[in-house]
Amino acid sequence: MTVAQQTPPTRVPPAPSVRPPRNGRWSGFNHLLTARLLELKREPEVIFWVFGFPVLLALGLGIAFRNKPADITPVAIVAGPGADSALSLLQHSSRSSSIRATVAAEAEALQGFRLGKYDLVIVPSGPGSFQYRYDPARPESVLSRSEVDDALQSGAGRKDPLPTTAVASSEPGSRYIDFLIPGLLGMNLMNSGMWGIGFALVDMRQRKLLKRFVGTPMRRTDFLLALTSSRLVLMVIEIVLLLGFGVLAFHMRVQGSVFTILLLTTIGAISFGGLGLLTASRAQKIESVSGLMNLVMMPMWIFSGVFFSSERFPAMLQPFIKLLPLTALNDALRATILQGASLGAQTGRLLVLLLWGGISFALALRWFRWT
Amino acid sequence: MAPAIQCRDLRKTYDGKVEAVRGLNLEIQAGECFGLLGPNGAGKTTTIEILEGLLAPTSGQVTILGQTWKEHARELREVMGISLQETRLSEKLTVLETIKLFSGFYREPRAPVEVLEQMQLSEKADSWVGKLSGGQRQRLAVATALVGNPKILFLDEPTTGLDPQSRRQLWDIIRSFQQAGGTVLLTTHYMDEAERLCDRLAIVDHGQVIAEGTPPDLIERLGGHHMVEFQVDGTSNGDAIDVWRALPGVESVRHDNGLVCLNVREPHLTIPALLDAVEKEGSQLLHLTTRQASLEDVFVRLTGRHLRED
Repeated sequence: MTVAQQTPPTRVPPAPSVRPPRNGRWSGFNHLLTARLLELKREPEVIFWVFGFPVLLALGLGIAFRNKPADITPVAIVAGPGADSALSLLQHSSRSSSIRATVAAEAEALQGFRLGKYDLVIVPSGPGSFQYRYDPARPESVLSRSEVDDALQSGAGRKDPLPTTAVASSEPGSRYIDFLIPGLLGMNLMNSGMWGIGFALVDMRQRKLLKRFVGTPMRRTDFLLALTSSRLVLMVIEIVLLLGFGVLAFHMRVQGSVFTILLLTTIGAISFGGLGLLTASRAQKIESVSGLMNLVMMPMWIFSGVFFSSERFPAMLQPFIKLLPLTALNDALRATILQGASLGAQTGRLLVLLLWGGISFALALRWFRWT
Repeated sequence: MAPAIQCRDLRKTYDGKVEAVRGLNLEIQAGECFGLLGPNGAGKTTTIEILEGLLAPTSGQVTILGQTWKEHARELREVMGISLQETRLSEKLTVLETIKLFSGFYREPRAPVEVLEQMQLSEKADSWVGKLSGGQRQRLAVATALVGNPKILFLDEPTTGLDPQSRRQLWDIIRSFQQAGGTVLLTTHYMDEAERLCDRLAIVDHGQVIAEGTPPDLIERLGGHHMVEFQVDGTSNGDAIDVWRALPGVESVRHDNGLVCLNVREPHLTIPALLDAVEKEGSQLLHLTTRQASLEDVFVRLTGRHLRED
């Protein structure tokens, strides 16, 4: 009786309805994923780097490299006897619309040529003859020389032995922006996979949060899975944004099926997620993981054909370049988005991605430092 | 029944050089609140993290509720709650979200809302963790340990850096956990915390237990419950020490910052004799106080150093 009296009457035991049900196998994973997504949503920088930045980049580059109606080649004619006749020949030729000729003093003309103001310098050298100054390393200079030569020769009365005609073609699918968007998609998957996972991990390790988590019955694989899955959710939004932007702003045509694109990007995201895990598997400080990340990503920024085709590198390097995960992903994305290639046609690229992802995931699990 | 926590001849050597723990033995019964008391760097954190299964010992055995980490890790994690010395929980989750996250890891957790109420954090349930005060953060850290409905609670310096009110709040929480049948192992370098909270404690220094028992036991072992502290002018202290030791009822003598501290069994006999002795020496008493002996005195007696010394 006395025992009963000692219990304070105010403390009411919680109603049974408040008690949560027994947690199932995936409870930990679900809670981790929810928490991670909430955190990401509340991080304004994440929203910008993941969503705003690639769209801004595509917009900027798309404008810079937009297909101009036709290139106008600026040339300089060195002032002196013969300069006026060259000028009038050019102005009256059939190509006068694509050549803008200026008469300038020799020093000024050469200075302008050096600075890229003129593509070509025409030096009158005696009656009715001209000398071209051009730079063989500059494609526009080479082009300008043949354009100007054509104009001068035909203006002077040359008859072409073969009748030829040309039709202009700049269809969606072959423009720079079409090349660029799949590359940006690939690069973004790499960046967000590496930074998003690697950074978050090292940050949590530094804050002793990883150690705190392993002090609970949490399954370690659940944790890594949830972290990767949170990136997959972001990835879907990213793809929709970038492709949607390309379609709406630049009238890009997506040839491949949405399902194939989604599958490819998922494999890509997992592959880079694994690489991110591996890179961050032991680092204790944000500073040290930053260096490692850059070291891992640098070759891919350069070689993997984000902004220009990787085919431009010497043939000797090609086998190495083709084995980089970002090259495989970019090539596969371009083939699918631009040419509608099926997955079956690119098993090699898929294999490269899966191997990178699988091996780095396995190594990361082995070396991972939780404390 | 197996002890709640037991370790034998525990050793931990970092990088083959630094010996953090050197042959430590503990046996903690279920329902006890046990404290590891010692200065910074004594090996308390290393010890508690080995017991928590977060660090592997270099050698020695650990059993928790009769089970080992090697064979029963997952079962053991279900029945223990831990609070590390320093964990920065995610700042952009709310208090309730954080507790829910941790509750998700356990098979049969307590209701998050109920835990928050017990920790007096209900008002802060929807605040971001980044906006909490130090005391609130520490209560949240303990809440993450309690939400799994543990049988054993491990707390590594739970009140370091907290204001007095927050400390008292945490003490109440720890006591009520213990009253509900839980076992607590905590580390601290606050002797008052150890004295008030712990049923038994082990004083740890240089990776070894140098004394173990209930707080009154340990003080009893000093030889006397009272401390007489005084200061005299002039005379050389070195010669005088024998004079003080010869006084009736004095168990031990030490110098502490110009103060002479006598550990005394019966102050009413010692003090008159002390006054006579001072007069005979022809010197002047500048200062005299008496107080109850504390764990700090035990520690100083055992090691010659203060707990909080850096």
